[in-house]
Amino acid sequence: MKKHLLGVAAGSIMLSPIVASAQTEVHFWHAFTGRLGELVAGQVDQFNAGQSDYVVVQNHKGNYSETLNAGIAAFRAKEQPHILMVFEVGTATMMAARGAVRPVYEVMAESGASFDSDAYIGAVKGYYTTTDGDMLSLPFNSSTPVLWVNRDAFEAAGVDPDMDLSTWENVGGALDALKAGGEDCPLVTAWQSWIHLENFSAYHNVPFASQDNGFAGLDTELMLNGPAQVAHLSAMQQWAKDGKFIYTGRRNEGGANFRAGDCALFTESSAGYAGISSEAEFDFEVRPLPYWTAVADEPQNTIIGGASLWVMEGHDAAEYAGVGEFLSFLSTSDVQAAWHQNTGYLPITIEAGDATRASGFYDENPGTDIAVIQMTAKQPTANSKGLRLGSFDQIRGIIDEELEAIWAGDKTAQEAMDSAKERGDALLRRFESANR
Amino acid sequence: MEKRVTFRGWLLPVILIAPQVLISAIFFFYPAGQAVYQSLFIPDPFGLSSQFVGLGNFEFVLGDKFYRASFVTTAIFSILVTLCSMIPALFLAATADRLIKGSGVYRTLLIWPYAVAPAVAGVLWLFMFNTRVGVVSWYLGQFGYDWNHVLNGGEAMGLVVVASAWGRISYNFLFFFAALQSVPRSVIEAAAIDGARFWRRFFGIVLPLITPTAFFLLVVNVVYAFFETFGVIHTITSGGPQQSTTILVYKVFADGFIGQDLGSSSAQSVILLFVVGLLTVVQFKYVEKRVHY
Repeated sequence: MKKHLLGVAAGSIMLSPIVASAQTEVHFWHAFTGRLGELVAGQVDQFNAGQSDYVVVQNHKGNYSETLNAGIAAFRAKEQPHILMVFEVGTATMMAARGAVRPVYEVMAESGASFDSDAYIGAVKGYYTTTDGDMLSLPFNSSTPVLWVNRDAFEAAGVDPDMDLSTWENVGGALDALKAGGEDCPLVTAWQSWIHLENFSAYHNVPFASQDNGFAGLDTELMLNGPAQVAHLSAMQQWAKDGKFIYTGRRNEGGANFRAGDCALFTESSAGYAGISSEAEFDFEVRPLPYWTAVADEPQNTIIGGASLWVMEGHDAAEYAGVGEFLSFLSTSDVQAAWHQNTGYLPITIEAGDATRASGFYDENPGTDIAVIQMTAKQPTANSKGLRLGSFDQIRGIIDEELEAIWAGDKTAQEAMDSAKERGDALLRRFESANR
Repeated sequence: MEKRVTFRGWLLPVILIAPQVLISAIFFFYPAGQAVYQSLFIPDPFGLSSQFVGLGNFEFVLGDKFYRASFVTTAIFSILVTLCSMIPALFLAATADRLIKGSGVYRTLLIWPYAVAPAVAGVLWLFMFNTRVGVVSWYLGQFGYDWNHVLNGGEAMGLVVVASAWGRISYNFLFFFAALQSVPRSVIEAAAIDGARFWRRFFGIVLPLITPTAFFLLVVNVVYAFFETFGVIHTITSGGPQQSTTILVYKVFADGFIGQDLGSSSAQSVILLFVVGLLTVVQFKYVEKRVHY
């Protein structure tokens, strides 16, 4: 038995150089399963079929955190893939890992593949570029929060579903009316920190953290306890107390409630489109994320969530040329337009967005362009370019805990956010000293 | 009665203990040594650079009031898990011991939950108590009780305790059952002839005779509650709401494998090692005195 295995192992070792000499392998680790996994596999197959120099091998490595961990562990063992998918929260970790990652703009320049960083949508690429405008990783799947409306629930509660929901002031009125009309779950949310703090801050053009939300340096401090954020969370706390805002959990648990028709309003990623459109048995609609007129005259842009592709160090030049080809293939207008239309994720290039509009997709699927408009209507400011904070996965955990204290009525919004700042800053200082 | 064997040379005893020593060295001393070593550094996740900070990591974690609070959470959690897994197991074993027919079936069925991995057990219980579609939470709702472990820390703690203890009842049951079977029938019969009823016999004779097993299980269950329950916590609450179910070992996992902060995570695991070591010493020193062998 053992002999057999050894024989097979020896055989595969002997065979592999022959394969490699014909086609260079490029390994790509991602975090997608189900429908998204199929779509990624489809992109890879299309690339492999379209040329004969390189073979991209895609592998699913678990959820976002697990994929990042797998990449880090592989790097330590010198077995790293060429391309690693990292969620936006891990951006600062990857950026700080000089020597482990190779910036995408360098890869593209060396590989000679066509690359124009101006072709990418500013609000999307801004998250992954340096302050000098160099693109460090390739945006892959990006979404942004929007407001989902269950029109049937509005009608059942005797509220006009066409009412203006563009401001939180109006939404507050709608929640009162819905509750009075007998709705048990007027508002539910997914990803509370991402939507109600991170995006909230960008959308109202107030800082979430100092040093341009961490873009300008590691010596950043959280500023999420400012008056705008506290006012919003205080209003949400009152809604939670009155049973107008229902808390369901830290991730996207609320999606199940909304898709089942239990809730009237839902703040969730634009990428919720695939799930909601396939499951919802009610008349639904997408609206832009509301803003407070008391805080801003008009909304700034929202920021993205999702993942980008990082190129890892430690491979041959020929392999990097293949990486360059593959990344440039992913950025082509056709691939991007198909991805955008199939998933509800944002297109990463301006051209792909225009192609989708020209194809009439937005007219056939109303509301699918709201996320794009919401992100691109204004030039991003220092407060709305994105977030680049170390240990951000842990900091989100802290924010989740403090938000739960608000919803449970154990703390005021100010107390909870002061505490979140204090605890988050301690982690930021640690990250700073680890990456000095 | 002297049971010791005296070897003539030294080679055979060395060979005999070598596998155990080797396994301990590879799977315990080496990783534990690594943890102690790493706890003195703040490394970056990729292992590209690392900074010696001495006891800085310990200062950092012990200076954190939320970390200190998680000691209390861990104590409450461990005591509850130990009690909830041992008392029902003892009760089931005592009743199974009385069975004459069908005890084999009963025993087999009771062992099943032990085969369920903690993380899977966590998901099963989470489904039953899901605030929206859970069977149990629905029935509780019918009785007018609004179950919401997503925001209520006490309910969350109760849920993770039950989910952690559930599979463990099987394990404890096996040991208790074996211990009960080994209690000499003659002693019990003598007590029965003297007119002692079942529970009187149980508390007066049987329980004292099985204390060695109970003590062993106490140690093993506390270690289980400290180390092996993070799968349950991870799947059900992720330590929430707020920090009400963040036990020490979950924090080690979360900081190390989600937060990529290996220095702090190592320091925490060293602290955990000391806590459990201390606890075991206390158990052997004080609790064992009340054990009759």
